[in-house]
Amino acid sequence: MDTHNSRIGLVLFVVYLLLYGGFVFLNAFAAEVMSTTPIAGVNLAILYGFGLIVAALVLALVYGFLCKPTDDETAARGDKK
Amino acid sequence: MIHEASYVAIAAFFAFVAVTLGISFYLGGKAKSSQGYFAAHGQIPWFVNGIAFAGDYLSAASFLGICGMIAFYGYDGFLYSIGYLAGWIVALFVVAEPMKRLGKFTFADALDAKFNSPGIKLAAGISTLAVSVFYLIPQMVGAGVLVQPLLNFPHWVGVVIVGATVIVIVVTAGMVSTTWVQFLKGSLLVLFSAILTVMIWARGFETKEGGIDGHVFRTLTFDADIPQNEWPLPPDLAGASMRPLTGTASQRTFIAIGNSMWSVEAVPGKVILHEAQTVQKLADGTLLVNGEPLGTKKGDPELHPVGYVSKLPGGEQKTGPLGPLSFFSTLQESEVVLWGKDTVHGEDGEPVTVYFQKPTPGSQVLRPGEHPSFKGIRSGKLLDKLNFLSLMLALFCGTASLPHILIRYYTVKDESAARKSTIVGIASIGFFYVLTLYMGLGAMTSGSMDLTDSNMAAPLLAKSMNEWLFAAISAIAFTTVLGTVSGLILASAGAVTHDLMASYLKIEMSDHEKVRVAKITSVIVGVIAVVLGIQFKNLNVSYLVGWAFSVAASANLPSLAMILFWKGVTRQGVITAVLVGMISSLGWILLSADTFTGVYGLSADQALVPFSQPGIVTIPLGFLTLVVVSLMTRKK
Repeated sequence: MDTHNSRIGLVLFVVYLLLYGGFVFLNAFAAEVMSTTPIAGVNLAILYGFGLIVAALVLALVYGFLCKPTDDETAARGDKK
Repeated sequence: MIHEASYVAIAAFFAFVAVTLGISFYLGGKAKSSQGYFAAHGQIPWFVNGIAFAGDYLSAASFLGICGMIAFYGYDGFLYSIGYLAGWIVALFVVAEPMKRLGKFTFADALDAKFNSPGIKLAAGISTLAVSVFYLIPQMVGAGVLVQPLLNFPHWVGVVIVGATVIVIVVTAGMVSTTWVQFLKGSLLVLFSAILTVMIWARGFETKEGGIDGHVFRTLTFDADIPQNEWPLPPDLAGASMRPLTGTASQRTFIAIGNSMWSVEAVPGKVILHEAQTVQKLADGTLLVNGEPLGTKKGDPELHPVGYVSKLPGGEQKTGPLGPLSFFSTLQESEVVLWGKDTVHGEDGEPVTVYFQKPTPGSQVLRPGEHPSFKGIRSGKLLDKLNFLSLMLALFCGTASLPHILIRYYTVKDESAARKSTIVGIASIGFFYVLTLYMGLGAMTSGSMDLTDSNMAAPLLAKSMNEWLFAAISAIAFTTVLGTVSGLILASAGAVTHDLMASYLKIEMSDHEKVRVAKITSVIVGVIAVVLGIQFKNLNVSYLVGWAFSVAASANLPSLAMILFWKGVTRQGVITAVLVGMISSLGWILLSADTFTGVYGLSADQALVPFSQPGIVTIPLGFLTLVVVSLMTRKK
């Protein structure tokens, strides 16, 4: 198993899980917070929701950037690492 | 609602479908081997595959269901968008690379890579079939919804057209053409949704007292001390009989005056009547709308379209163009007229469906927790909260367990291509989901909503803008359904051919025979999907997809995840976990209040499980079963 890539994947997964869990639990147990409008008259529900979508993309790009090519691929390309 | 077929729309629509089928036949001719049929020879470029992910994933549920739910209830539909996208994080970080590394054709391949057990193939094959069929239902329902306003066909005709077209695509082609169709449709869907969103910003908001048919909903105000029979009614109502009625669900007071229906609001010193709309089905099958038989052409009696802003901040009449943020901040301070639904019993005791105005502050439209299935957010009851948490968990875990998404990992060259295509998928899907909130709210305020069908919100929004745009959006949405359905049918066909017949029953088949078996399976699954699509016509499609996610997550995710992270997993553990997860989540759904009311027509009180969404119980149950059975069957 490619431990390098899967370790990065796991760390980023936990980061996102915390963000998503925060959103879900705020909704379930402190719903009134979601109606507050902290920035530009837009409420937290929309800001956090958009934030989660942007965060998914950012984390995905970070993952893509940090991952190393796997052994098969390096072999296929003829690298001699 | 009465729809008139437009020739522009029909021409554009058939041109689009013809091009799609043309590509399908052309590319289908190139894939002869079973490797080509099921996995496109593993030669699809990663970028194309990434957009095809979006094509596969942005199904009827995303486009029609989410927009419809937002248009009718506000923010809540967007919770699905968030959950659906979050699921991709699980797919990318946990599942993508191992799937590619371990499997060849089906999801069962990956589960079984270590064990080579026919039992695992059987269990995973059955679960693939169950999830795919469940996921197919909403797609078919959506297909029927789409052709109604466009071609003016009944719902079932739409379902049959999609069923037949998809069977043709899958039987003639396979994964290569399905992928290219998905690529084409995924890019066009995102592009046209973006255009629609920009048009919504440019249009801004305008206060109205009715929908786009020009009907103004009336409000009558009387002094509370005037007796009812002396109310100074307008000329068309004067002298008509009056009957007070009570809504069975909301206990709200209505009053029928002649053929018209009004909801009664009592404020100190005043009685205010708001014009409502009614639908009644007579014993002989005639449908009455607002007291008159439903017409067949434009201008005949029909329900008035609804969805408009009644107040803007600062008493303005019109905002002019808005930006991405001022769109929300303006709506936050406005008031929108949403519509509630209830049933009253007329003189003859026959039920009459009443749609009544619910002027709602924008701040309430933009906060979560207004839709009945998200009542947990505002309710004090723990069970309601668990139901909400359960749904959000199933959406998070479901994506990475959907067979038709998982098989897409076999169409690319290697693990790095699998990773890159997932990132492209996340970018395009995420962008689209941001647009769903604008499109849903745009539909809500477009004056064109059909009260009887929330699934139609997005196409009707486009229609309120421009006929061409409507044709384009409908055609894309229709191919959306075609694409997703082909993907699902291919996943099912793969499961039957490889997992059930070749691996479990050990039937020796040549490449050619495998492809033939897959094609026969496709026809059978397609027919089943058509029948179910007609049966489940009345449920919101996004809601139905929520069920498919629950079953997928409960049956597939525990084994998929544990095989990657725990060496102690045994063959028996995987088999039991898949079966227990699948049976428990399916059983839970079939015994839940939502199914009792929505499908069997029984009362919610008779339901046998405490809340409707199974995920929070059955996903952990799947993990627990896997661990316990694996420990029990471990070799000493």
